[in-house]
Amino acid sequence: MSKMESENIYYEGRIKVPYKWYVGETGSRFFIALRDKKEIWGIRCPRCRKVYVPPVKNCWECFIPTKEWVRLKDTGTLESFTVVHYPNEVIPKKPPVVYGLIKIDGADGSLLHFVGDIDISELKTGMRVRAVFADERAGNILDIKHFAPIP
Amino acid sequence: MEKIAIVGVGQTTYEKSKEDTFAEIVFEAATLALSDAGGDIGDIDNVVTVSNDFWDGRTISSMAVMDAAGSWDKDISTVEGDGIFGALYGMMRSLSGSFNTTLVVAHVKGSEGKMNLITNAMFDPIYQRGLGIDATSSAALQARCYMEASGAIEEDFALVSVKNHRNAINNPYSQLPMEITVEDVMKSKKIAEPLKLLDCSPISDGAAAIILTNESGLKRFKKDPVWIRGVGHCSDSYTLGYRDLANPRALKDAAYKAYKMAGIKDPMKELDAVELYDAYSYMEPLWYEGLGLAPEGKGPDLIKSGATNMNSDLPVNPSGGVISAHPVMVAGLARLIEAVLQIRSEADKRQVKGAKTALAHGINGPCGQAHGVFIVGI
Repeated sequence: MSKMESENIYYEGRIKVPYKWYVGETGSRFFIALRDKKEIWGIRCPRCRKVYVPPVKNCWECFIPTKEWVRLKDTGTLESFTVVHYPNEVIPKKPPVVYGLIKIDGADGSLLHFVGDIDISELKTGMRVRAVFADERAGNILDIKHFAPIP
Repeated sequence: MEKIAIVGVGQTTYEKSKEDTFAEIVFEAATLALSDAGGDIGDIDNVVTVSNDFWDGRTISSMAVMDAAGSWDKDISTVEGDGIFGALYGMMRSLSGSFNTTLVVAHVKGSEGKMNLITNAMFDPIYQRGLGIDATSSAALQARCYMEASGAIEEDFALVSVKNHRNAINNPYSQLPMEITVEDVMKSKKIAEPLKLLDCSPISDGAAAIILTNESGLKRFKKDPVWIRGVGHCSDSYTLGYRDLANPRALKDAAYKAYKMAGIKDPMKELDAVELYDAYSYMEPLWYEGLGLAPEGKGPDLIKSGATNMNSDLPVNPSGGVISAHPVMVAGLARLIEAVLQIRSEADKRQVKGAKTALAHGINGPCGQAHGVFIVGI
């Protein structure tokens, strides 16, 4: 046999496994309120009084169950933002895409979501925003379309 | 407490795309560490592999490299996280008394998957993943939080990129040795504002390995030991939005524990070299604050002062850091290896003269959710 030929061979595949996550009793209540009433609900820790949104089953700091549901406003403050310039298969929008951390009024932390209906040059931390709900809602986080500046 | 030494280190070069399989790079790093230690695979009592299934495109990725890691007929266990946590687990195994010697080997081939899709999968599938957030876009949110809290500007972060890419010129293992300017960074392509291309680490292929031993196992190896003087680790909240992204309190806790164990009171004075996880430029000044090298909000002043440059008070990332080569899973272990090379005075052109105490740092999870800190010395 003559000299063995050399070439790098690649095997191309794709991992695609359907998966169905149960969002939990707490998550279900949160999403039902978004879907059916366009309402944002959080949950309060009975000890430290911290309000979580999305709601959680137990306070992370106090490590005790949370039970008290709190209806929150659909307004909040933009704590941080980024303008993403690259597209990819998991971003359900075309670039530029704006992500924000939105501190909903009455909550103790921020919600990660999109910021929309805005001229990118006008983005600023501390700006006031309001939730814009999707016309067709399916009981998931995209039932909020994005947060838009309050004029 | 019994002491643990690092007696062998090995790393492949870090490259954009290596023409080797996972098994080949694991074998290369493991055998390099063994020959560095002056031992062979028979001297190893147990093996810890470090890998991630999504990055490897399969489940139980660890088992696919066990033969290449020399663990056929040995006890093998796995860490799914940064290599610094692999080193931590390996140290605990040697401390446990069940094993004297431990080989820790980490690998990744970033070139074979898609970073944005893989890191998107680390976020909560119900509330965050569907938005398409990933390692870079979440880091951008953290960068802005830090700018707000500290008053840092993008040019401050650019200094990290300039310093570390320049340091990488002295490191033959690094992927992106470059002489660049602040202006180059500022003019580079916008990725996720405020982060630009040259604020972001590349995606790399590579593997790294270390050999750990307790005092009983030390005689099996020819190499002089480098001792683990202190170690600490801590995690913060998983959920972006419920963590103060501008205050790395988990790192503060990890560093405090490591310093206490090592008897370090003033890290800026007592450390000779630091290798930290600068996956994005802004992380370096933020981690300075977490490591107690700068007061809160003053990380940007430290990078601007030049005190962390080579041949200055405390060189940070003499290797070029993670921004110059980012093999995910491996990068924290590479930091530890670099720290060991500094202590041995084997770091060639990137050697910090007379280094006696060095710090290595690794992170895990979005925006540095978990931190591991090692202090090594003679």
